[in-house]
Amino acid sequence: MNIVILNDTPREVVPDQTVAELLSELVLPARGIAVAVNGEVVRRGDWPTHHLRDGDRVEVLSAAQGG
Amino acid sequence: MDDLLRLADTDFSSRLILGTGGATSLLALERAIVASGAQLVTVALRRVDVTTPSLMEVLERCGVRLLPNTAGCYTAADAVRTARLGREAFGTDWVKLEVIGDERTLLPDAVELIKAAAQLVADGFVVLPYTTDDPVLARRLADLGCAAVMPAGAPIGSGLGITNPHHLELLREAVTCPVILDAGIGTASDAALAMELGCDAVLLASAVTRAQDPTAMAAAMRHAVIAGRLAARAGRIPRLTHAQASTPGHPTW
Repeated sequence: MNIVILNDTPREVVPDQTVAELLSELVLPARGIAVAVNGEVVRRGDWPTHHLRDGDRVEVLSAAQGG
Repeated sequence: MDDLLRLADTDFSSRLILGTGGATSLLALERAIVASGAQLVTVALRRVDVTTPSLMEVLERCGVRLLPNTAGCYTAADAVRTARLGREAFGTDWVKLEVIGDERTLLPDAVELIKAAAQLVADGFVVLPYTTDDPVLARRLADLGCAAVMPAGAPIGSGLGITNPHHLELLREAVTCPVILDAGIGTASDAALAMELGCDAVLLASAVTRAQDPTAMAAAMRHAVIAGRLAARAGRIPRLTHAQASTPGHPTW
């Protein structure tokens, strides 16, 4: 297993797991989600093909009150 | 008589834009949005917290258009990245660009703001920058291709109203793009004044969400913005130092 840092918390993922596969394991709002890996935005269309590597920092963001 | 607010290629019949910060609950927020009549509502982006109910569902129920913001960003790089994440999350090129300069005033960092605005305009974003009431900075932002400029009337959340109305008038004269008063509003008369000074719209959050009765204040703001807009277009009477009788002469009988 690989370890990624998901929103500051270590998480086990299978080798070569994609962003889309990771998101499918999480309980998330249906809409309004954005993902960054190592500080870079991963566009929605790339979620199924973007493979995570051991040690990747993954941020999953959604709408919040503010501004 | 249509008097629509045009931002980029979109028309709005409401000239009140609502922020979502400060609401004590999503129910309070939903009621305030409905009472305000706002059609454009700004949202922040934060790490997912699946323990809280979905803000998105509330906003979708209200049928409002979303305006992602870069609240909490202190550098151009951070703001540009957040804007791109907002585009992914909400499927819109629109962004309320905030680049904060310091925590105490929450006023914009002009240098970073210009940098971020230039990059986002080049990236194809519809950029609505939160700025100061400096007319020169506003003109720079407009010249870069921002879709509007959004000067603060007073620091965010301060409720001090429009501390320098003269600057706001100068700013209004300095740009041809829409001017949206963003931040500082405390009560309805502040929103009306902003419109009377020539602003095209008002963006506020705390004045409503932190009011004792947010729904009632949202309705007050809705009417204040309409009243201020009508007054600005109607043309006020000049200020005189002496009285001018509305009925000349004196009664005879």
